[in-house]
Amino acid sequence: MATKATFRYIGKPVPKMDALERVTGAARYGADLSLPGMLYGKVLRSPHPHAYIRRIDPSRALAVEGVKAVVTAADLPPLEEARAAFGGELMIELAHLRQLVIAHEKALFEGHPVAAVAATSPEAAEAALDLIAVDYEPLPVVENALEAMKPDAPLLHPDLYTKTLGEKPTKPSNIGMILEVGFGDLEKAWAEADVVVEQAFETQMVHQGYLEPQACVAWVDSQGQIQVWTSTQGTFNTQRMLSALLKVPLHKITVIPAEIGGAFGGKIYVMLEPLAILLARKAGRPVKMVMDRAEVFRATGPSSPAYITVKAGARRDGRLTGLYAKVIMDAGAFPGAPIDRGAWCIFAPYKAPAMKVEAYDVVTNKPRVQPYRAPGGPQVMFATESVMDMLAERLGMDPVEFRLLNAADEGDQNVTGHKYGRIGVKAVLEAVKRHPHWNTPLEGKNRGRGLAMGCWMGALLTSSSQVMVNVDGTVTIVTGQVDLTGTRTTMVQMVADMLQLPIEQVSIRVGDTSSTPYTDLSAGSRTTLTQSVALAKACQSVLEQMKERAAEALSKPDRRLTAADIEYAEGRFWVKGDPEQAISWRQVAILSRTRGGGPVVGTGTVTRLQPANQFAAQVCDVEVDPETGKVKILRYTCFQDVGRVINPIQVEGQMQGGAVQGIGWGLFEYYAWDKGKIRNPTFLDYRMPTALDLPMLDTAIVEVPAPDGPLGVRGVGEAPITPGPAALANAIYRAVGVRITSLPMTPEAVFWAIRAKTAVPQPAPADGT
Amino acid sequence: MSTFPWERLALRIPIRVRVNGDTHTLLVKPWQTLLETLRDDLGLTGTKEGCGNGNCGCCTVLMNGRPVTSCLVLAPEADGAEVLTVEGLARDGQPSPLQKAFIEYGALQCGFCTPGFLMSATYLLQRIPNPTEQEVRLGIAGNLCRCTGYDKIVRAILAVARGEVQ
Amino acid sequence: MRPFEYVAPTTLREAYGILAGANGRIVRPLAGGTDLIDQLRVGRKRADVVMDVKRIPEMQRLTWEADGGILIGAAVPCVQVYEYPDVAQRYPALGEAARLIGSWQIQHRASLGGNICNAAPSADTAPPLLVYGAVAHIGGPRGERLVPLERFFTGPGQTVLAPDELLLAIHLPPPPPRSSSHYLRFIPREEMDIAVAGVASLVALAPDGGIAQARIALAAVAPTPVRAREAEAVLEGRRPSRRLVEEAAERAVLATRPITDVRGSRAYRQELVKVLTRRTLLHALADLGIHID
Repeated sequence: MATKATFRYIGKPVPKMDALERVTGAARYGADLSLPGMLYGKVLRSPHPHAYIRRIDPSRALAVEGVKAVVTAADLPPLEEARAAFGGELMIELAHLRQLVIAHEKALFEGHPVAAVAATSPEAAEAALDLIAVDYEPLPVVENALEAMKPDAPLLHPDLYTKTLGEKPTKPSNIGMILEVGFGDLEKAWAEADVVVEQAFETQMVHQGYLEPQACVAWVDSQGQIQVWTSTQGTFNTQRMLSALLKVPLHKITVIPAEIGGAFGGKIYVMLEPLAILLARKAGRPVKMVMDRAEVFRATGPSSPAYITVKAGARRDGRLTGLYAKVIMDAGAFPGAPIDRGAWCIFAPYKAPAMKVEAYDVVTNKPRVQPYRAPGGPQVMFATESVMDMLAERLGMDPVEFRLLNAADEGDQNVTGHKYGRIGVKAVLEAVKRHPHWNTPLEGKNRGRGLAMGCWMGALLTSSSQVMVNVDGTVTIVTGQVDLTGTRTTMVQMVADMLQLPIEQVSIRVGDTSSTPYTDLSAGSRTTLTQSVALAKACQSVLEQMKERAAEALSKPDRRLTAADIEYAEGRFWVKGDPEQAISWRQVAILSRTRGGGPVVGTGTVTRLQPANQFAAQVCDVEVDPETGKVKILRYTCFQDVGRVINPIQVEGQMQGGAVQGIGWGLFEYYAWDKGKIRNPTFLDYRMPTALDLPMLDTAIVEVPAPDGPLGVRGVGEAPITPGPAALANAIYRAVGVRITSLPMTPEAVFWAIRAKTAVPQPAPADGT
Repeated sequence: MSTFPWERLALRIPIRVRVNGDTHTLLVKPWQTLLETLRDDLGLTGTKEGCGNGNCGCCTVLMNGRPVTSCLVLAPEADGAEVLTVEGLARDGQPSPLQKAFIEYGALQCGFCTPGFLMSATYLLQRIPNPTEQEVRLGIAGNLCRCTGYDKIVRAILAVARGEVQ
Repeated sequence: MRPFEYVAPTTLREAYGILAGANGRIVRPLAGGTDLIDQLRVGRKRADVVMDVKRIPEMQRLTWEADGGILIGAAVPCVQVYEYPDVAQRYPALGEAARLIGSWQIQHRASLGGNICNAAPSADTAPPLLVYGAVAHIGGPRGERLVPLERFFTGPGQTVLAPDELLLAIHLPPPPPRSSSHYLRFIPREEMDIAVAGVASLVALAPDGGIAQARIALAAVAPTPVRAREAEAVLEGRRPSRRLVEEAAERAVLATRPITDVRGSRAYRQELVKVLTRRTLLHALADLGIHID
């Protein structure tokens, strides 16, 4: 295997290989496929956030000419393994997924699908929706997690019993799970602390904001073979969900990946696909379904709002004595908020002798959450990194030095009990310390600089790929790994270096579930890391096979050679100790056809790796206009330990993109609710950052190799979204002296915070508050 | 045969529109947008729908040389118009400097917003051949990107403006 | 979208004929379409007939008038208005407002006429047009009439236009001598947003340096765009000073009747009116050589 010194492609800014089709408009996303005879599918959605569905009568809709099928929950086969769970980073039980896809006895959020229609024209489908009669019995709406947890709150699910250590509760509630993790003696920690800071925070529901609405085309042939073209992060995950929901064996379902127009975790669960398939089956024709933007806001999977209290104690010398957090996360209509992920993240960058997290997963009448790029991360880091800033200030310590003093390192323990392998917390902080941004004085009124750390655990799961040597010596990587972030290119880079071939001779094909080996979804920052291992194994196998063929080709009657006798480098095989006896890669490939031996194919799979935790930090300079509360970002730098850079352009892009989502989360975006109804389901009033709202985004990459895998790669994609809100809050505090503890920090919120601070004299804070 | 309103032939409008240099004669439904016409009638799926109400810029095309969000143009309004979409940017199979720069500078990730940006940027550089960073940001302010944070997009456009990508 | 008929008359007479023959059907004029098409798509407005007015010559006029004022056809897109030579110098607030609407893509379609006929309380072009004393030229099968813009808006989304009437053009008289004007709006981002509050101020100086005329108009803080007459009264005939400007800014709030919605609360909008009034007044005074710290 080549070493770092000899890599030609790994670490280099190789341009994205599938970019040309995207910039010319040739790439095909979910809505870009059309088939002959295709019908248009549309969804009837509940206008009520909480209601019994007493009756659905589709008869008038079916009478419309052009309407070919109507489906409701009654069209799903009965449930068997209710507890089977799917999803990747945010699991959902099959029973709940089923109800999420289409409402059964109850509508549980505004926009919940109630029925679906397929017709020969979009106009006929729309007209049909109006003609489906539904009798709703509206119920009181559970608006937020705090309301949901009250003893007399209306219940969403009569069969939801809180999962918790200890005895199962006797009564159902809206609490799906209570998680308690931690170690050490917190009472002792508070007693030993010279300074204690405790603060409550509130974060809002935000949406991934991918620009491509969900879309799919489904068709079922006369043998019952289901095919679905869809914009999904994981073809095999989709296939398994469809199989479980529709009770169809896997070999009868083919999922074909379209290009995806952004996902960030929000295109993992099936949403339209089961409906499209049911309609296609009933109608006997292909069905295309595309969401509009309002449907995306109302009825896909945004992120969990949260109520978080963090308490931190430290000695006068700056060392943390204890950390405590209570985290309440709103899962939307079905349990499954990312409390376990949030718990891992919340104190991850720090070490302390005592830590505890109590976390609650609560249901409300909102769309069920799905992962959004480090699910749970931005919420909890907003809380912790604000508190760390407050603590550092009380101690009179520099924000970087305070964090360095308490930085977690290899061997330290996360609050969940996980012991860290090699991690880069200190390396990231050292990078901040030396960076020109941190060392350039910020001058001017109402200006401030904020620092915050971020992190992500990183998922693993299973990945597979195949490496095929074509009979002319070129190589094709065959994989089911959906390309979410540019992994086609990084996988080619890795294989070209692993096989020491020119990159022009290596191609990749992302195939459907019928033509590639099982691989888990592209999410959780796992793709490059796990594929680096899978591909290494596949390449190892390919090299072994090629060496055997070379050995056979170079054998003489008086000397039979085996693979052990063969050396390989840069496209050339030779006999150990006798370099003149050689044969080229290409020659070996040709011989595999002419002389036999069969195709050379290596398959690599990986299921168990040590986690490669991500740590990041962001520094931002802001200027606040105190008369309006508007925050202008003057300068922004992203730091991250990525283990090993495979492609620097891609790594920078992940850091910058994630940072801007964090900025949107911190300053602009939120769901505006009115008793369970969304008031702003458009990009006009759900405000994502535009180019004019941002400066250039500098990046500083640190490489602390991950403990596992041949390249030391860590995932990159998720940590970057986690520091932004706290970095901005800390900067705003330094700029105008107000500590904002609720997101988003809109101009109006900042304005009133400044007004409150200047209008009313603040009492001097007592110790511990 | 009964007729639903959307089936009435009398409502259809004949139009002639030149798209990427090719003239098309079509019979369109007036409540159909130019975006739908391009994608569904002409098979030019490079132009995307992101929001349906002009707030994301994914559907940007040049109509008579000006950038417009085609989801807010009714199909009959395109009668007699010259429309340029992303499919028309390459000349004789050669990508335009902007297309090349976007690839070279990593100015796209998922690529869904990219056609819209390319159209806006094409117009921007015609209108302001030597823009400052702020002018670039203003010219693309009507295009949302969720993947890149805009940094590399701005760099790519500035590089073309400086003549560094041909 | 629900099906509708599309017509594109090439003369005013033809358009009036369509309006006269509507027979209870809803006819919606279409200029830029940036408001109407979305409204039709989501069902907020209905149309039986969409009448494209862009081919009518009167709708596309953009000319300086003999009296030194300007005539802007109702279908002229924003970009043409602010790029028209001398508009930026003579009517700075109007140029500023037209440049703020939406994005470049929107500005190439959205028209001034459409902006005021849509009559959102937050219409950015309304405050500048009000401070310039704009007059609406209205026409229909029953005749033509002139309506000062102050009487044009009757409620959120509502105007004096009858169902069989069209806005043909907007006429702006020449700006007063020795005057300047500016428009500022507040939005959370840097572009694309609907104004949380918008203020246009026009100040004209007398030969002795006192304020001969002051006009202030507000957007997004009342059921319609409004003039802030109490604030104007405080300024006229007085010498400019910081205290005077602050007083005017405070009084501008008296003209507001804001609501709380997804874009801002009542109280915040009122605070913004003070800030924007002060800033636009100071800027206009500075243009005229009066620098107040």
